[in-house]
This record gives sequence, structure tokens and C-alpha cells, in this order.
Amino acid sequence: MISEKGLWSRLRLRLLFTGPTLFAFATVMIVPFLYGIYLTFTNWDGISTTSTMVGFENYAYVLKDAVFWKSFYLTLKYVIISVALVNVVAFLLAYFLSSGLKGQSFFRAGFFIPNLVGGIVLGFVWQFIFSNVLVSIGQKTGIAVFGTSWLADPDKAFFALIIVTVWQYAGYMMVIYVAGLMNVPKDIMEAASIDGATAFRKLRTMILPLMVPSFIVCVFLSLQRTFMVYDLNLTLTKGGPFKSTEMVSMHVYEKAFLSRDYGVGQAEALVLFLLVAGITLLQVYFSKKLEVEA
Amino acid sequence: MKRLKASMEWSKFIVLLVGLVAFVFPFILLIVNSFKENKAITASPLSLPGSFNLANYESAFTKMNYVSAFSNTVIITVLSVLLISVLAAMTAHFFVRNQSKFNQYTFFLMVAAMIIPFQAIMIPLVKVYGNLHLLDNKWSLIYMYLGFGSPLAVFIYHGFVKSIPAELEEAAMIDGCTRTQTFFRIVFPVLAPTSVTIAILNVLWIWNDFLLPSLVLTSSEQRTLPLSTFYFYGTYTVDYGPLMAGLLLTILPILIVYLFAQKFIIQGVMQGSIK
Repeated sequence: MISEKGLWSRLRLRLLFTGPTLFAFATVMIVPFLYGIYLTFTNWDGISTTSTMVGFENYAYVLKDAVFWKSFYLTLKYVIISVALVNVVAFLLAYFLSSGLKGQSFFRAGFFIPNLVGGIVLGFVWQFIFSNVLVSIGQKTGIAVFGTSWLADPDKAFFALIIVTVWQYAGYMMVIYVAGLMNVPKDIMEAASIDGATAFRKLRTMILPLMVPSFIVCVFLSLQRTFMVYDLNLTLTKGGPFKSTEMVSMHVYEKAFLSRDYGVGQAEALVLFLLVAGITLLQVYFSKKLEVEA
Repeated sequence: MKRLKASMEWSKFIVLLVGLVAFVFPFILLIVNSFKENKAITASPLSLPGSFNLANYESAFTKMNYVSAFSNTVIITVLSVLLISVLAAMTAHFFVRNQSKFNQYTFFLMVAAMIIPFQAIMIPLVKVYGNLHLLDNKWSLIYMYLGFGSPLAVFIYHGFVKSIPAELEEAAMIDGCTRTQTFFRIVFPVLAPTSVTIAILNVLWIWNDFLLPSLVLTSSEQRTLPLSTFYFYGTYTVDYGPLMAGLLLTILPILIVYLFAQKFIIQGVMQGSIK
């Protein structure tokens, strides 16, 4: 590579090429992140200009905050169920929509539609479905499950959240799985067919092992998104009934901005970050071990 | 055997078709109900509208302050996406071609930072930018999108810049191009498919984002579409007709874009997932 002569011109080039992104990245992500660590040791209330250092008091509070841990366990349950369902549905869709079916690109495009719409709007649309449409069907047909609004019952509201999540993300993950399926080498699939392998056997012993990289990406993406769910939670259930569906992200928001407990809120956010980072790194580490070469 | 196979194909097709209809059913419901009056919606949400009534749309259009929310969203999305695509490509290019320890560490830091969830940053972010009086301003928001969006973009570009032969750039420089000219005339055009991918991923995210704008934009004139939908819904909860119309108006722009660019969008998402 031809490189510029002179310290000044090299510095100018560096500033031009990397300056804006690195400056924005540093001031928007790194500085607030570090400052956030500092905030967890103070008792700032969001209004006063001064705040005192309180040491590990906020962390001690977080450890004892039963509501935080309740919402964390709830989130964990929600994440496990929805990540599993999203990926199973997405993989099945991708599997059927890459077998050379007529109109498969039309189907793919259709299943992707929910991802065009943000969580806020989706939450409102489904709120209408759960509290009006299904109730009206229930009353007219006498099907008991739909008789009352799902969003008024803690357990059903939780499953309502899962249904909408699966509906929202399955199409996105499907697209990634389709990309993975297209990378499965055709020649070894043909060789397997000639050797008389059934479709199921090919799926189990060849396609699934070769698809591990796609599974890693999809599980990683769905973990990240479901752990941090906020918009959908806000507009579908508002955390209700009686805070029974308040996910951890919403809890942190309320602690900081509504209860004006910024120190505790930020401490909870950091604890959450450490837990999520730990879980995702473990996931990537263990699934990398499953990868095979084609 | 052949007939069995054909009928299998058909049943698969029909199962998928039923699945697809169930999948897009919420949107059909939205369209159908957006033309009905409140009473008709609550009485029978599944029935077709009696007449083609646009009153709900008029009401939602004015109450949501649609024109202002729409133009805010367009300005924010377009500028953020342009900045992210061009600037991140420049950074990734510089990182690949000048492989110093410092650049490697900076790149690693950016990739590692992708794991930080927004929730771990939002509180200090609001405090820092609030103290600097930079909140309630779309330019700050665009700047923040650059900060949050550049790590992934730099990461994706980094992978693709590596596949461009350095000889191509050297030839341009021997012909008298400066590094900047080489980037804009040779490298950036070659990266166009990657730029499309990055633009698509970022448009989907920024257009629909709620939490960040809700923290940054406080006055009602600054609101984006998701924000104005949220406040509109909060204020007029019983008015189902205008609500359905409002939700549809929010979805419509991106649905129209999808209708025309559907192939690219699906491909962009595919590309974005393969490192």
C-alpha cells in the first residue's frame, strides 16, 4: 500500500477517515457507559446538581430488590420460551420455503412483513386483537378461552407476549436460515439422495450440523432482542395486569425515570448487562464447539 | 409415486398459504376496521365495513400531526443512514489498509461494544446530553444514531473491504488519486452491495425506533412517527376507528417501500447475517 509521507498528512487522513465515527462512538457509547459505572456509586435523583457517593449501597439495594429479580426471572422465562419457539418456527418455515416450492419467494416476503413494523405499533395492533377481536369471537362462538381478554389475566398475558414475539421475529430469522440452507452444498445432498437417504435422515445428519453457524447467529440475535424487549411490553400489556408482565427493561426504565432513582436504576442496568453478556458469550462459546466443516 | 409427490407439494402449499394468511391477518384486521365507525368496530371487529369511510383517516391525520411526524422521521432516518453508511465505510477501509496495533484494538473495542444493550447506556446518556443542553433536538438524535449504528456497520464493511484487492487501489494512486479520491471513486462504489445491506438494516431499526427518540425528543413538534403514534394512542384510547387508521398510516410508508424493494430488503437481511 502506498502510504502518505509526513506525520501531519497521515494524521489528517486518519482524522478524516476514522474521526467522525470514532468520536461519535466514543461520546455516545463509551463515555456514557463509563459514566454510568460512576453513577451507580452515587445517589443522584435526576434533578439536583449535586449527588453524594454512596459506595456499594445501590448494588446492595439491587441484590435485595425482589421486584427487580422477579422481573428478571420473568424475562428469563420469556426469553427461553420465545427464543426456542422463534427459532423452531423460523427453521421450519425456511426448510419448507427453500425446497423449490412454487411461489416460495412470495411466501418469504409475506412472512417477513411483521419485521417492517416497530414494536410500538405491533403492540397496539395485538392489544386490539386480544382485548377486542378474540373476546368478540369468544362471546359469539362460546369458546371459553377467548371469553375474557387475555391481557387481563397474568398467565395469559405472558403467553400473549410470547405469541406476538414469535409472530414478529420468526420471519426475520427465517430469512437468515434460508441463507444458511442455500449454503448447504448441493453435491453432498445429491450424493446422499443417491445413497438412498430419506429427507428426515438428510435433515438430521447433514443439514442440521451444517446449519450450526446460522443457529448461532439466530439464537444470538433473538436472545439480544428478547432480553431487551421494551416497546412491545409497553404497548401490549403495559407490564400489567398488576405488574405481572413487567420485563426487566421496563423495570429499569421505571426505576430511573419514573421513581427518579437513577443510581439504583443504573446499577440494575449494569447488573443486567453483565448477566446478558455472560449468557450470550456462553451461548456463542458452546455453539461454536458444535460447528462442523462441510 | 409421481402423483403422490405432486399432492404432497399441493398440501405443503396449502398449509403454508393458511399460515401466511394467519400471519398477515392482523394487518387485514387493521385495514378493515380503519374504515368503520367506533360502534361497528366494538360490536363486530371481523365484519367488513359497510361503507368506504375516510373520516377516521382525516381525524388521525390531524390528531397525530402526521405531516410533521412523517417529515421528522424521514429526515432523521435518511440522514442517519447516509452518515452511518459513508463514515463507517471510510473507517472500516482505513482499519483494513492501515493495520496498526492501535487500529486493531479500536476495531476490537467497537465489535465488543455491540454487546452493550441500550438500556445500560440510556440513563447516563440522558444525563450527559441533558447537561450539555443537547436534548430535544433531531441533530443530536442523528448524531447518536451514528454512534450506536457505526459498530455493526464498521464490522460488516470490514469483512467486505478485506476482499477488495489492494492492487486496485494502488493502481488508482499511481494514476494520481489521493487516498480520499481513491476511496470515493474506487472503493465506495465497489462496496455498493454492502452499503445497501447496511442501509436496509439501519432503516428498519431507525424508522421504527421508540426508546431512544422518546428519551431525546421531548417537545411535540420534534416527534417521530412511532412517538406520535404512542402519544396519540395514549390520549384517545376509546376512539378505535381513528386509532386503526393512525396505526395504518404509520405502517404505510414502510409497507410501500417494501412492496417495491422487497427483493433487496430480504437479500440485505440475508447478507447482513453472513459475516
